[in-house]
Amino acid sequence: MTDSNQGTLPFKPKSKLFEGIGSGIIRVSAFTALIGIFLIFVFIFKEAIPIFTSEAVQETASLDKMVFKQEFREGRDPLWSWAPNSRQPKFSLMPLVLGSIKAAVIAMLFAVPLAVGAAIYSSEFASKRWREFIKPIIEILAGIPSVVLGFFALIVMATVFREVFGFTYRLNAFVAGVALGLAVIPIVFTVAEDAMTSIPQSLRQAALAVGANKWQVSMTMVLPAALPGIAAGVVLGFGRAIGETMIVLMASGNAPLTTASLFDSIRTMSATIASEMGEVVVGSTHYNVLFFIGTLLFIFTFIINLGGDLILRRIKERIQGKVT
Amino acid sequence: MGNGTTVLATEQINQVLNNIGDRKKSQGIIPKSLTLLSVLLIAAILAVILGNIFLGGIGVISWEFISQSPAHGLEEGGIFPAIFGTVALVFLMVIAVVPIGVLTAIYLHEYTRPDSMITRAIRISINNLAGVPSIVFGLFGLGFFISFVGGFLDSVFVIADDRPYWGQPAIIWASLTLALLTLPVVIVSTEEALRAIPRELREASYALGATKLQTILRIIIPQALPGILTGGILAVSRGAGEVAPILFTGAAYYLPYLPTQLNHQFMELGYHVYILATQAPDIDKTKPILYGTVLTLLVLTFLLNFTAIFIRSRMRSRRVAD
Amino acid sequence: MFKRLAVLALVTIFAATTLQSDTPVRITITGSDTLVRLGQRWAEEFMKRHDDVIIQVSGGGSGRGIASLLNGTTDICEASRPFHEEEYELAKERGIDVFEVAVALDGIAVFVHNSNPIETITLTDLRDIYTGYITNWSEIGGPDEPIILYSRENNSGTFMYFREKVLDDEDFDPRTQSLPGTAAVVNAVSQDPNGIGYGGIAYGESIRHLMVAYTADDEPVDPTFESISEGTYPISRPLFWYTNGKPNGMIKELVNWVLSEEGQTIARETDYVPLHPEDAQANLITD
Repeated sequence: MTDSNQGTLPFKPKSKLFEGIGSGIIRVSAFTALIGIFLIFVFIFKEAIPIFTSEAVQETASLDKMVFKQEFREGRDPLWSWAPNSRQPKFSLMPLVLGSIKAAVIAMLFAVPLAVGAAIYSSEFASKRWREFIKPIIEILAGIPSVVLGFFALIVMATVFREVFGFTYRLNAFVAGVALGLAVIPIVFTVAEDAMTSIPQSLRQAALAVGANKWQVSMTMVLPAALPGIAAGVVLGFGRAIGETMIVLMASGNAPLTTASLFDSIRTMSATIASEMGEVVVGSTHYNVLFFIGTLLFIFTFIINLGGDLILRRIKERIQGKVT
Repeated sequence: MGNGTTVLATEQINQVLNNIGDRKKSQGIIPKSLTLLSVLLIAAILAVILGNIFLGGIGVISWEFISQSPAHGLEEGGIFPAIFGTVALVFLMVIAVVPIGVLTAIYLHEYTRPDSMITRAIRISINNLAGVPSIVFGLFGLGFFISFVGGFLDSVFVIADDRPYWGQPAIIWASLTLALLTLPVVIVSTEEALRAIPRELREASYALGATKLQTILRIIIPQALPGILTGGILAVSRGAGEVAPILFTGAAYYLPYLPTQLNHQFMELGYHVYILATQAPDIDKTKPILYGTVLTLLVLTFLLNFTAIFIRSRMRSRRVAD
Repeated sequence: MFKRLAVLALVTIFAATTLQSDTPVRITITGSDTLVRLGQRWAEEFMKRHDDVIIQVSGGGSGRGIASLLNGTTDICEASRPFHEEEYELAKERGIDVFEVAVALDGIAVFVHNSNPIETITLTDLRDIYTGYITNWSEIGGPDEPIILYSRENNSGTFMYFREKVLDDEDFDPRTQSLPGTAAVVNAVSQDPNGIGYGGIAYGESIRHLMVAYTADDEPVDPTFESISEGTYPISRPLFWYTNGKPNGMIKELVNWVLSEEGQTIARETDYVPLHPEDAQANLITD
């Protein structure tokens, strides 16, 4: 700054080397995210490979044993069983996958109506002052760490729900799902609200000008146009719900059941990794299987995120195409 | 976009049209109240959660609680080591994540065309990184940082006899894991700030003979500082609340010392909440401490969040003023 | 400029604290959740007596302790079950010489809700309940309500011991809810009138312990300090510390102190069952 006061050039020309090193550092840093996601996949999948290659591992944890029902005890029906520390270890993934899906579905059933409803209100009806009330509420909700939601579900919600609904299991898919829903609401709300507010004003004006009322505009113009955006919010929310760990670990009961009831205890993929990974012997079959579950979670959320992104990008392109 | 007069005209049109729309209100009353109900329901749930935690925890919070160590099997004493561990953890995380996040954002915004293949690939990675489940980050921290990097360091520098020095759960690995997890937060926030910098500023800088790097160092980064700060704060608030990634990468149940070396384990507030809620010996005795810990964690994350929101809104209003 | 200075100062301070040399002896104890409370009390007291030692205790289950010992990340592994064959083999493979010392005793109590009218249970019934053959309290003389099963996580020594000794190596019924700590089991049962759970006797004031009999013909026994140290309570076991090789130096001192009268009294005060004095004497590490 003093340089310019003295009338010289504000910038001293620096050496090419400096310039080169600087931009080199920037270029290299930029690839961290790309390399990071690649390394995550490689290092998680690497530990799961013995499932496909090692015969010793396949004896208890081959793909078909993980998927199909197995007969374990004479006189009993074959079943899907997750019992990794039995005398005869059993690694059926069905109870875990089903548990994850159950929790996520309940979370969505709870979160989507609330989040989309709130998003519609915020973008279509709310006065400016109301909107300034809604936004912070969602931001506060988003700011609550998931372990705190898990704590609340475990200590408070589970007891209250049991009193009110008379559940057989105090900790069950429903309790965990509702708590999970609270974590998902901000995601669905934000994406859905973005989608609705990004509908061009000209569209609304045109409809209003031909005599539609505000609600008609919302229902016939804005909502259909924003539907893909809302769908993207739901998809991304589902991805978060499948992968969320602490809430289900604390509030779901962690019983590896394969029942249809939404009020039974469940054991999810993420909670299984969280509770068992710390104590497995590195390199054991159990260790490989837990990394395999991690691989599944990674691939699943990767696909979901790509899907959600794709929808959002399409919308952006379409809207931009229409307006300009 | 347009100049002042057209903006004014659009606003007037909007107002007139909205008034026309409002006149036929009756048909909209049910959906309006239904959607309002979902807003109120969310607000009510939030109020119940925060109220419950506040009432349960406020009685426990005291200077002793904040400044002492847990004692007598976690049933008594305070949570100071957990607070210290959390702060040290996110401090290390910030040192790692902010430079990389900022440089990535600068690269994306200043160095490449938005539609180039590389930009797209990096953007897709960032979005996906934001969606990877936190427990998967935990697995990654274990498989990559502890086993691979730590194991490698141990094989190169033999420090302790045959005990792993780096190849074990430690604060450095936990914070690097969290840094990767919070990278998208920093990038997105910095990019928003970069977008707000008028192009004229860059052009003026080049016109005065500055190189690209000089422009970035002296013009762009100072201008984007509030955005970078916001990103850092949001990353800290996110990182301070995550438990799943640190489960196997360094969090400890109880430590009699504070983590002062990079390869020490550490206590952490979120993990402490999990421990107290599920493993404390006598749940009735520990419940007040549990509530106090939850309240401390919440206050910490909210203070950080509010600071970030405040800086961001000031940044936005400044942009509007420009 | 000021900002840069501030950042520099912060970094320097951190680096300074980070690089300072560590003189005291550090001992890591990892493992059984059943033992973690006692381990921590012992650590607290031992550190009071020795300024130059820092002991770090973490739980996570016997499996975690054993894994840590095999992975070389802990000095002492706390376990509520002995090593398995395969674990010994793995240790040998990795050049780890597993040294075992029993440090206390533990009985596994069976918990029910305070309102539950059942007072005694036989080992056979217990097995049938946890393997899913008995699913209603009325089948063993209780109210017509379903039995809700609570258990420890499948890595815990308590889980393994229970599976081997009570379930005769059969699998737990899949309906069994596994909770991450004994306290969580106690907490769950205390809030569930139809619940049943199990865990160390050191735990549990808000629930009731059942009296356990070997068979219907035997006398049911309450899980007390006396019945466990005498061996009349059916579900009791020693709790172990494992080290890599025979302990020496400070670890040896710690183990011997734990086995001393002082250490065993602390165990008693923390609601664990002390070893029989003769056994404690016999377990002392000599050169």
